[in-house]
Amino acid sequence: MSANPSAWYHLPIIPGLEDKARILFFHVPTAWLSTVGFIASMVYGIRYLRKRDPEDDIKSASAAGVGFLFCILATVTGAIWAKFSWGTYWNWDPRQTSIFVLLLIYGAYFALRSAIDVEEKRATLSAAYAIIAAVVMPFFMFVMPRILASLHPQPVLNVQGKTEMNATMLVLLISSFAGFTGLASWMWNLEVRIQRIVMNSLSGLKGETRV
Amino acid sequence: MIGTFLNPVLAVLRKDLQSELRTRYAMSALIMFIVSTISIIVFAIGGGTSRSDVLAGMLWVVIFFSSMSGLSRTFVSEEERGTAMTLQLLVPPSVVLFGKLLFNVLLVIGMNILAVALYSFLMTGFTVTSPGLFSLTLILGSGGLAASSTIIAAIIAKANTKGPLFPVLALPILLPLLVVVINMTRLSMEGGDISESVGEFQFLIAYIIVIITASNLLFEYIWRD
Repeated sequence: MSANPSAWYHLPIIPGLEDKARILFFHVPTAWLSTVGFIASMVYGIRYLRKRDPEDDIKSASAAGVGFLFCILATVTGAIWAKFSWGTYWNWDPRQTSIFVLLLIYGAYFALRSAIDVEEKRATLSAAYAIIAAVVMPFFMFVMPRILASLHPQPVLNVQGKTEMNATMLVLLISSFAGFTGLASWMWNLEVRIQRIVMNSLSGLKGETRV
Repeated sequence: MIGTFLNPVLAVLRKDLQSELRTRYAMSALIMFIVSTISIIVFAIGGGTSRSDVLAGMLWVVIFFSSMSGLSRTFVSEEERGTAMTLQLLVPPSVVLFGKLLFNVLLVIGMNILAVALYSFLMTGFTVTSPGLFSLTLILGSGGLAASSTIIAAIIAKANTKGPLFPVLALPILLPLLVVVINMTRLSMEGGDISESVGEFQFLIAYIIVIITASNLLFEYIWRD
């Protein structure tokens, strides 16, 4: 980074992207968090199946809820960016297809949860479904690039560890990652606490009716 | 050692086959679904089209939605008749899973043979130029379809709304499989060789193994009340 503070605000002009590239700082972190939410939901699902602690189910479902929100945000920001850079909102690019499948999985997960009344059964079955969906996802990552051509650039954090990003942009992107991850974990924490209160008040109600 | 596992599995399969032959619920649902979806396609685009991508895609649309109508039956009927508890007492969970899985594999293969026969009879444009590739695709596709829908059926049998939930839960799991088999069906119509699609076959076999392994690990939690 240069010593002149005003230069910090200047993003390099990328031919073909220009100022539209700024949506990057919203799009990439939201896409990252939609995956993280899904993985967190699966990990707490596995923990639930092993320990049968209702707390883990609350954490799993809340992670899926936050992940679903960020998944929608990533889809919308991606579609807007695609409209102004590639000309259409949607063109079944491999990553657009992957995020579409992730949306479908989140949708199916919540449809399943809403269809079961008994808490333990709901927790077990939704954890099992999250695990099966997570097991299938790598197949998708493998099969999509073979069938469809991508317009997306190489991942910023690629295998070679190289990046072609300007230092200013990289600093902004990393802080955006940190900010959005912090925001998501705060939202997740709030949701877990709300669900905990709901669970406790429900078990309190059951206690009263029993007396 | 294998016999002690296989015999109860075959017993579960025999029981399911017997009760299916008695009511013919899943079979008639599957057959009616195949006939009605194919006739809609014939009405919509006519039998004469020869575009291989359209024909290959439509064939798997027929197969996917038909299997969604009948494959959940194995587990749902146990819950509806209240026989799940007896089965839980008699045999370990993995025996139930593999018995039901074999039943679904037989059902899907039978259904797919019927669907392909009817489809090639009504859609005159549907001609397979490499039968070897096509039959391998159909067998592996049926295996994957049966494996995924068995475990999803086990999950939805415990939920309140069983019918509409099945395709919703199954589609994201089956989508990678469907994309690959549609592509291979198209190749087999355009005269592709088996040696060209070794990667796809590896993909399908890996998919089936992974799904069955995950089902076997998770089924115990799903099955026990």
